[in-house]
Amino acid sequence: MNQKKTSYILHLADNSLILGQRNSEWCGHGPVLEQDIAITNITLDLVGQARSLYQYAASLLGEGTTEDSLAYLRTEREFLNCLLVEQPKADWAHTVLRQFFFSTYQYYLCQQLLSHPDAQLAAIAEKSLKEVRYHVRWSGEWVIRLGDGTTESKQRLQLALAALWPYTGELFMPAAYESGQGTDLSAIRPLWNEKVQAVLREATLDLPGETFMHSGGKTGVHTEHLGFILAEMQYMQRTYPGCEW
Amino acid sequence: MNLLRKFYYGDIPEDKSGAAVTGSASGHDWPLWEVFIRSKNGLEHKHAGSLHAADARMALENARDVYTRRMEGVSIWVVESKHITASNPEEAGELYEPAKDKVYRHPTFYELPDEVNHM
Repeated sequence: MNQKKTSYILHLADNSLILGQRNSEWCGHGPVLEQDIAITNITLDLVGQARSLYQYAASLLGEGTTEDSLAYLRTEREFLNCLLVEQPKADWAHTVLRQFFFSTYQYYLCQQLLSHPDAQLAAIAEKSLKEVRYHVRWSGEWVIRLGDGTTESKQRLQLALAALWPYTGELFMPAAYESGQGTDLSAIRPLWNEKVQAVLREATLDLPGETFMHSGGKTGVHTEHLGFILAEMQYMQRTYPGCEW
Repeated sequence: MNLLRKFYYGDIPEDKSGAAVTGSASGHDWPLWEVFIRSKNGLEHKHAGSLHAADARMALENARDVYTRRMEGVSIWVVESKHITASNPEEAGELYEPAKDKVYRHPTFYELPDEVNHM
């Protein structure tokens, strides 16, 4: 069995699951009913992507591994998501900007995965791409709306930009398991930059300068926030092993 | 002013949940839109409901998220509710009652061949 490949699939799955879990904190708390439904729809897309990837990883790992054991029974250090997706939920500006950064990255990544030699990964990417295209559109419009909005909305978005920007570098720092997987992060980076800059400019925001970039999540070294997400997400399975709906 | 507040798991009091932080952001001043969905190619758009949105584009996206989650539609129309002129229920008498005794307006006096069903 190819361990690099399963790590890669788990990395993709963990990104989607953890951001989905984060966004689900908005459920019932959205700024208006319509946007509450919009963000939870996106959350369900992300959790759905994670499920497809976990199921595939479980089939490769064998030995009784299931999508549930991967999501609910791994510890912090075994999660391979990037730090961006685990950062705590703040305000709406923070949420839509993070979604925009991540979805734009995911959009170009899925496009590369479409031509992946592994038909299963390519199929998951094809299904995800349709969802992600809408996520990019929805979140990008919100970034523009808030940035080019009122004094307060612009200030909130500018603060969110300062808080999130240092976590965007990790998206393009390849972990060891990412080499030889048929995707090329160095090719995605300029496309991501171009798209992000165009939207930030339309949102009349100041583009961030060169700054220190955090990393570690992709290799299991997380910020303190991931432990809290897992504690809540995994509580049921750990307290009542094997419990089902 | 510290605008960027972070909330941790299990620590999201309702007043800090991001909902209704300020009056202007609460959405209550967003106009109401009426949503029409076409369920299948060839069928007409039907009124599905209404929602709040800041502009037409947001109304379309909200309609997509609120009214097409279960594959209800292939096309969406939105129109701001204020552009709809409605008849006054109090005028129902003069508007609709006069049609009541004009049964000849229904095509029920034709002899149909047996082969024509469901007319």
